[in-house]
Amino acid sequence: MELVSLFIGLTFVNNVVLSKFYAICPLLGVSKKPKNALNMGYAVTFVIFVSSIVTWLIYNCILVPLKIEYLDLITFILVIASLVQFVEMFLKKTSPEIYKSMGVYLPLITTNCAVLGVALDNISAGYNLIEAAVAGLAVSIGFTIVIYIFATIRERLDIANVPESFKGTPIALITAGIMACAIAGIAGLV
Amino acid sequence: MKKLDIFKKGLFIENPIFVLLLGLCSALAITTSLTNAIGMGMAVTCVLIMSNVIISLLRNIIPNEIRIPVFIVVIATLVKCVQMLMNAYTPALYESLGVFIPLIVVNCIILGRAESFASKNGIVDSLLDALGMGLGYTFAVLVISFFRELIGTGGLSLYNPFDASQVIFDVKIFADYAVSLFTQPAGAFMTLGCILAFVQFLKIKKEKKAKKLKEAEVK
Repeated sequence: MELVSLFIGLTFVNNVVLSKFYAICPLLGVSKKPKNALNMGYAVTFVIFVSSIVTWLIYNCILVPLKIEYLDLITFILVIASLVQFVEMFLKKTSPEIYKSMGVYLPLITTNCAVLGVALDNISAGYNLIEAAVAGLAVSIGFTIVIYIFATIRERLDIANVPESFKGTPIALITAGIMACAIAGIAGLV
Repeated sequence: MKKLDIFKKGLFIENPIFVLLLGLCSALAITTSLTNAIGMGMAVTCVLIMSNVIISLLRNIIPNEIRIPVFIVVIATLVKCVQMLMNAYTPALYESLGVFIPLIVVNCIILGRAESFASKNGIVDSLLDALGMGLGYTFAVLVISFFRELIGTGGLSLYNPFDASQVIFDVKIFADYAVSLFTQPAGAFMTLGCILAFVQFLKIKKEKKAKKLKEAEVK
């Protein structure tokens, strides 16, 4: 039961994108087409899920026993960078189309705050391995949902009559603000 | 003169947040108060200066194929140092910035400058570039947090980053009419959206002016 509330809490109530500002760059960059946004969501889901398990294991089974916790940032970022490299190679081989459409944003998953942020949050919240895995999954599903909804809204925004100064990123940020209001509305749920 | 240009471009023309749209995550998250913004600005500027200098020194040794992992390890080491120093000397700030200090590692500004400037230019130029970009970042987060704190809490306050009990100034202007939405995430998005719209407005105005001048010259 606790795991369910943890999952719902991290997916919707404390959605990392809209309440913690993780992963704003891909949100603004890849959300021009819903299909691309969904592909990005899948790639990020895989990276976050695996990295939250691997970083938890590294931290608690290697860094803590050896008393070198201060190396956490360096090891985590290396784990994430190699995972992203793996996804990149996998996509290049299996579906060159997706690989091409995602362009520079695919290697940039390494510098996606959500990936490192979740790994660090899992440690500081003191989760056990199962909770860390659930948290990773919940956060990434929350990210995928938000980026997909955001992409569909932006598709409509393109044909809307927006004042000249607000065209592009400014109106996208205001839209994100309104979405954050909606997410804040369910704050008491968990 | 050219050296001055390298320094100046980070402040306004290529401001990392308002123009290049880099490092927005931290800029949105920590701009709830002026104190936080100054602390984060200092931390980012320190890391940026050190990383640009180190990478500029190593630029001829690092093999081209693995440069990104090398950059990231250098940056992660520096961020960890800054994080530990802040934990020791600015505990209140460390507490309120929280996870966003370690997240400087994945701040696009730092990796971006390493990749596009420091790995191609000399030490002095890289240092100036880092200084300009760092101050540009600090300036941008100060502007955002100014509006957010003023509208969100109805006043402005600034504490000494090294000693949280020392108040530099703390004024309440319209505390009864504060819109607390602006201290929340939704307000952050909207504030930045409006500031970016203003920047775009200035840009469009400038372009129109240049066009008019050109037409006048042709006549």
